[in-house]
Amino acid sequence: MIPAQFEYAAPTTVEEAVRLLAEAGDEAKILAGGQSLLPVLRMRLNAPEMVIDLGRIEALRGVRDDGDAIVVGAMTTHADVHADPLVREHAALVTEAVSHLADPQVRHRGTFGGALAHADPAGDLGAPALALGATFTMVGPHGSRTVEGEDFFEDLFTTALAEDEILTEIRIPKHTGWGAHYEKFVRVAHQWPIVAVAAAVRAEGGTIAEARVGLTNMGSVPLRARAVEDALVGKPATAEAVAEAAALAADGTQPPSDLNGDADYRRHLATVLTRRAVLAAAGA
Amino acid sequence: MSRTTVPVTITVDGTRYTDEVEPRTLLVHYLREQVGKVGTVVGCDTSNCGACTVHLDGRSVKSCNVLAVQADGSEITTVEGLEKDGVLHPVQQAFHDCHGLQCGYCTPGMIMQSIDLLNENPDPSEEEIRSGLEGNLCRCTGYHNIVKAVQQAAGGAR
Repeated sequence: MIPAQFEYAAPTTVEEAVRLLAEAGDEAKILAGGQSLLPVLRMRLNAPEMVIDLGRIEALRGVRDDGDAIVVGAMTTHADVHADPLVREHAALVTEAVSHLADPQVRHRGTFGGALAHADPAGDLGAPALALGATFTMVGPHGSRTVEGEDFFEDLFTTALAEDEILTEIRIPKHTGWGAHYEKFVRVAHQWPIVAVAAAVRAEGGTIAEARVGLTNMGSVPLRARAVEDALVGKPATAEAVAEAAALAADGTQPPSDLNGDADYRRHLATVLTRRAVLAAAGA
Repeated sequence: MSRTTVPVTITVDGTRYTDEVEPRTLLVHYLREQVGKVGTVVGCDTSNCGACTVHLDGRSVKSCNVLAVQADGSEITTVEGLEKDGVLHPVQQAFHDCHGLQCGYCTPGMIMQSIDLLNENPDPSEEEIRSGLEGNLCRCTGYHNIVKAVQQAAGGAR
């Protein structure tokens, strides 16, 4: 199948993109890397009048150092995020998670901001972004605003982005020296996770000083497993102590039931994957 | 509903083409139907199988999941652009030598992705080859010889 017809614009600045979006209103779709949008258009699940391609806006690409955080431009490809030394040094959890996202061809085209704005609950970037306390900056006709991760993800495929706003950058507080691991459970290669767990751990001589744990596909939005994080503080990085904390991973979650597994199975998976992810992140 | 086409200039296998395309035209259809590069095939048409893999500015992409307009100003290499003066690209030769194909439908994409993989990692382990090719499906399940072909192309009899 090919997409229904649409008008196409490829602005070169954010201002121009915002203006075009305001003019077109809800008839327009934003095209980032297109790795989720183009299949949707091809299957005619959506048929926008206009597609606004952000691919020519150089200012939205790249990663920069911003003091206590790194800032990832929304149009930075997954492959570029994966290869970026700043991300690797200060947000290794993102490097880890990106390496498991889809397949190499998709990582060459798909973008960090596009995937987050798409907000697929089985997407691999929401949980690590949330776990590391990332904030999301969006620009609209009335200027820019920044929201926390827990406010950005609102529901299935739904974010805080208004119809006239564009996600421009994601700010990730530095977690330099933290161990990180993304444990993804899939049925077949290059697919979305049935459940995945993103864990970052700051260990001090075999003891867990701080931990951040994010859950993928355990609800309609990515989740922080705060009960696990709290339970891990001060614990030795041993299988027994971590398993005890990880048993709390599914508390309060409402995971989906589908052909890949029912909700109870996902709750069980979350505890197992959390144990594995935290132990790997702690280097144990 | 009448829609306008837009001009694109795309270099394909070393030749520069300027064409009018509808914005909705997928790169794979542009390559096959307007440029005539039918070596690149449409497999699943759902961006799963990787049969349509080409290189866009040196990196592998699934050309059924890129609009031709997105490739405006870019350089594309298809499987047809690999052979030079009658000599197969080393990866093509390795697929031939190792019988890295059965029905052959996935082969153009497998070869293009294998070249990208080796550009990134000239000395991959078997596991790295398998994960580097995870976006390419062989419905004959002929993966064993495909992996051997990539190993041969990498220059190692492991």
